[in-house]
Amino acid sequence: MSLKGKIQKFTITRGEGETAELADYEIELDEGMVVLDCVHRIQHEQEPDLAVRWNCKAGKCGSCSAEINGRPRLMCMTRMSDVVDETEDGKPIEIRPMKAFPHVKDLVTDVSWNYEVAQKIKPINGPDEMNWEFNQNEADRVQQFRECIECFLCVNTCHVLRDHSLFDEFAGPRNLVRLAQYEMHPLDQEDRIPEIKKEFGVEYCNITRCCTEVCPAGIQITDDAIIQLKERVVDRYYDPLQRIWRTLTRQKVRY
Amino acid sequence: MTEDYKKYEYDVIVIGAGGAGLRAAIEAARSGAKTAIITKSLLGKAHTVMAEGGCAAALQNADPRDGWKVHFHDTMKGSKWLANWQMAEYHAKEAPDRVRELEQWGAVFDRTPKNLINQRNFGGHTFPRLAHVGDATGLELIRTLQERGIHEGIDIFMEYTVRHLLKEGDRVTGCVAYTRVDGDFHAFSAKSVVLATGGITRVWSVCSGSWEYTGDGHALALWAGAELRDMEFVQFHPTGMVWPPSVRGILVTEGVRGEGGRLTNSEGDRFMFDYVPEMFAGDHAETIEESDQWVEEIVSGKLATVRRPPELLTRDVVSKAINSEVKAGRGSPHGGAFLDISHRGEEAILKKLPSMHHQFKELAGVDISKEPMEVGPTAHYVMGGVIVNAESQETTISGLYACGEVASGLHGANRLGGNSLSDLIVFGKRAGEFAAKRSKDLAQPVIDDSQVKSAITDMLEPFNNEGGENPGLIYDELRDMMQAKVGIIRTKDELDEAIEDLKNFDTRRKSAYPGSSRKYNSGWHQALDLKNMVDVSYVATLAALTREESRGGHTRDDFPVPDDEYWGETLNIIYMEDGEIKIRQEAKEEMRDDLKDAINEVKAMIAERAAEAGGEN
Ligand SMILES: Cc1cc2nc3c(=O)[nH]c(=O)nc-3n(C[C@H](O)[C@H](O)[C@H](O)COP(=O)(O)OP(=O)(O)OC[C@H]3O[C@@H](n4cnc5c(N)ncnc54)[C@H](O)[C@@H]3O)c2cc1C
Ligand code: SF4
Ligand code: SF4
Ligand code: FES
Repeated sequence: MSLKGKIQKFTITRGEGETAELADYEIELDEGMVVLDCVHRIQHEQEPDLAVRWNCKAGKCGSCSAEINGRPRLMCMTRMSDVVDETEDGKPIEIRPMKAFPHVKDLVTDVSWNYEVAQKIKPINGPDEMNWEFNQNEADRVQQFRECIECFLCVNTCHVLRDHSLFDEFAGPRNLVRLAQYEMHPLDQEDRIPEIKKEFGVEYCNITRCCTEVCPAGIQITDDAIIQLKERVVDRYYDPLQRIWRTLTRQKVRY
Repeated sequence: MTEDYKKYEYDVIVIGAGGAGLRAAIEAARSGAKTAIITKSLLGKAHTVMAEGGCAAALQNADPRDGWKVHFHDTMKGSKWLANWQMAEYHAKEAPDRVRELEQWGAVFDRTPKNLINQRNFGGHTFPRLAHVGDATGLELIRTLQERGIHEGIDIFMEYTVRHLLKEGDRVTGCVAYTRVDGDFHAFSAKSVVLATGGITRVWSVCSGSWEYTGDGHALALWAGAELRDMEFVQFHPTGMVWPPSVRGILVTEGVRGEGGRLTNSEGDRFMFDYVPEMFAGDHAETIEESDQWVEEIVSGKLATVRRPPELLTRDVVSKAINSEVKAGRGSPHGGAFLDISHRGEEAILKKLPSMHHQFKELAGVDISKEPMEVGPTAHYVMGGVIVNAESQETTISGLYACGEVASGLHGANRLGGNSLSDLIVFGKRAGEFAAKRSKDLAQPVIDDSQVKSAITDMLEPFNNEGGENPGLIYDELRDMMQAKVGIIRTKDELDEAIEDLKNFDTRRKSAYPGSSRKYNSGWHQALDLKNMVDVSYVATLAALTREESRGGHTRDDFPVPDDEYWGETLNIIYMEDGEIKIRQEAKEEMRDDLKDAINEVKAMIAERAAEAGGEN
């Protein structure tokens, strides 16, 4: 069904921090719009100073994360036809900023915590010679993790952070994906397991899989990244054979 | 009212955190310079993140017959011989090591059966040359540089927008920025400043670019007294999405054609066979059978023994062909052409073109593994930019460097796909290296308070316009005007009109009112951006008006053929004098003899292949 000409109501967070409130808007829709188009239309036609963060409008940069009708999604990849379908007739579509991060203004939040955690993760440590050799199967294992667009929707959804605010203890799903990307790189030599356990707190994750559900890049965050890391931690700290092997060889175990 | 501002001191300031800016900053920091990056969006979000198809470098992993000479030849030919040959030489020679270095910094490119970096075919590249990661190569590049960059001791200022370059006499000594989040002001003293701000394509309404593409760096350089070239050459990528309207312009990677995608019109004809220009006659397949055989060989990892499909002609050629088909009434339902890859099968498509599959499914409700896409030209890249020294990337004013899309020279009249990502890392490194070198012998410049104050006054100007228009509306209308009058096919009359219109826009933007808050005020940012958008639009229009011929990314309906004798040897140079934008012509530089020999060597090799593939004719 074409939405062209339909008058649609929206209710959008306006203001800063504690004093922010929902404000109502109404615009006429065009065919094939995504939610970000509507926000832009409101900004260009009604509210010049409406704050919204976006870059690519193509689902590639991960800037435009928000909670649309309570579901964390990218505004630029959420089609109005779907949102209109899920909204009760005559009711407004609700757009709020991500809840887990400090609010800046309107739809914009402060996501700098994610960058601070990233800073603590050691870079790749591989051979000095150029022309690294590894095969496509080995690449496949890591490439999935490298598809992350840093939208931080997973972090926003994870109850360890959203509800329990364990920002100092737990690295969050996005940065665990980053750790997995290095840990499973075929040529990385760094021993990352101790900090994955201690500093980055992998054990705080209790495998609810909420992060995986919202990931717009379709990364199997829980099963392919976090559980793998958890297993490596278990092997290291709770498996005596592994421990003996390691002291004998002083080497990282290859999986 | 006096406004406070914060002061900082650095050896090297890099403006922009795309591929070029990050690479420059890494090099500067590694050379021992105290370095900062200023970027108007968050780290890792720059336009580079959108690049899809790949990064061109003659690694010789996919086809050993490749080499720097062939890459050099292809770049020069693609540029319609207007590129700066010295840059094209550095680029072809250095790109392989820059790509290998990315791998050492954690990039995980797709592999060959021999476990090395794989390479794919792209338009205008004689051999498979593009290192890639599915169709998300830009993401791989930017994330790799970001993850390397944060461990190099570089200070990073995110969501700071630079509006002004500080000068002392005729050298650049720093810059002034506002923060998007709070709207407060910051002045940076720097011994060297590197512009890496990307392009200008947001001035067209159908474009593939991010919101950042408002030509900030082009304008900052122009205002500071640097010269630009090639600004009439804008690459309209042949395959943007055309339907639905809200996604019009979003890119469909050339990788689709590199993987065997077929272009057809509403009558089902593979029309590209009819559009092979004389310059490329003999380089491309002449029959559907030959095309199909090429795809088959490439897909199964063999060396091609026949010539590539005409779908892989350079972008200017394919764009104009689609445009002509639509004009002749043979377009697709929404005014484009059909692009079909479904014959490759779902499995191959999901592996090689996952984000295209996702993009069409999510945004257009089309499953590209089963049905064709509808595509049409979209403003994609500006070949023109700030003139730089090939070796050091220094602009025509001292202390100011430029690299990446904001710089010019490597691409001449037309850029080959994949040659931008390689441009970023080759010349990003050079810019960083030379900017750092320069800073070694210099004292820290003193920040000139009066320049900062006047920049701040300019930035606050929009808040005095209570009751004025919403800047967003002017922004939309400007883009529509440029699309209509300075688009893919140009005429004198329309360009003249555009010049007049731009004067109007300049007046209108001065009275736009964004509302009163300085906190993350999108309208205020737009009101400021409009100043550069109007200026770079003017520059592009003026250059287009002046070049009375058609070449590469510049097509004049009233001058449809290339004028090799004059314009084939001549560049348009843009500069500012007494507050006015001016243009003059300069002869291009004669190529070095050994490079001419290299070109002839490659030409002979290509002719030999054509003779083998095409038999007698
Ligand atoms: C959809 C798409 C696909 C593409 N695919 C390919 C491909 O496959 N291969 C290829 O080679 N090329 C490709 N390109 C082209 C290529 O991506 C770009 O040319 C290239 O990424 C530009 O990089 P850059 O480093 O010059 O600038 P950008 O990545 O654009 O970075 C510019 C930076 O400057 C900052 N900035 C701008 N203005 C200011 C200011 N006033 N103050 C502070 N900061 C500022 C921005 O925030 C940003 O950080 C593609 C382009 C698009 C749009
Ligand atoms: S699976 Fe773990 S990381 Fe993901 S949301 Fe649940 S607790 Fe958080
Ligand atoms: S893992 Fe997925 S949800 Fe999390 S930041 Fe990356 S792309 Fe977003
Ligand atoms: S704007 Fe880039 S992901 Fe939405």
